[in-house]
Amino acid sequence: MKRFIAAAFASGALFGVGLALSGMTDARRILGFLDVACDFDPTLAFVLGGAVATTLLLFRPVLRRGRPLFADDFPLSQLRQVDSRLLAGAALFGIGWGLAGYCPGPALAALGVGSSEAAWFVPAMVAGIVLQRLEEKAQWRAASHPPPA
Amino acid sequence: MSTTWLMALAGGVLIGLAATLLLWLNGRIAGVSGILAGVVYPRRGELAWRLAFLAGLVLSGGASIALLPGIATPREGFPPLLLVAAGLLVGFGSSLGNGCTSGHGVCGLGRLSLRSIVAVPTFMATAVATTWIVRHAGGWA
Repeated sequence: MKRFIAAAFASGALFGVGLALSGMTDARRILGFLDVACDFDPTLAFVLGGAVATTLLLFRPVLRRGRPLFADDFPLSQLRQVDSRLLAGAALFGIGWGLAGYCPGPALAALGVGSSEAAWFVPAMVAGIVLQRLEEKAQWRAASHPPPA
Repeated sequence: MSTTWLMALAGGVLIGLAATLLLWLNGRIAGVSGILAGVVYPRRGELAWRLAFLAGLVLSGGASIALLPGIATPREGFPPLLLVAAGLLVGFGSSLGNGCTSGHGVCGLGRLSLRSIVAVPTFMATAVATTWIVRHAGGWA
């Protein structure tokens, strides 16, 4: 259990160094990439390219081992279907990302250096997660207990 | 290639290695929004590692921004109202779509998940459109 938690801390820490080194914690750089209309800043493409090249290369041999070192299995998402929830969720996420230039990882890293923008963004992000769960619960309730006609 | 781009590439590789480390050792996906959602709604035995990952990310991310040479400090002065709206959308959207830039982008593309292959261009497209509207059509920020 201890090594399981230490491994998670190490991964988060390495993730944080990568985000800072790559410049992704600077929202101006993110908007500079997303703003294709002027002063296009391709940095984000290098970051995503480097990250995805690494996972494309290394995930396959890791998953082929059958089980992770410190756990019994890989509890990966079993969702396979492209549905309206995925599309709507991704679309809304992108609107929020493009609005201010923060996605969850960089916002949390910026919080660690005392960014006041992250101090606004991160609690709102948590509230967004709570709102989504509440909405989902309400929908589930409406579906299982339809109001009398 | 400029130093910025080399640092971006190196940083990206570190992010990919961090995700590989978590999968190889613990069998978990390094999707930041999913890990955070699992802290807000914890399941038995799944809380401690998530807190440890997020603590590592916040502490080491913050320290790296402060201490590594040539790292820009985070932007200041963006309108709080837009930050709150953006945070709500990012939280709601990543929870509904089961992933963000790290979960769908770095990890999902790495294991060639069809859902991620659809999600990444979708959020890229709405992000580009939103940035364009905010900066050019609306000129709000």
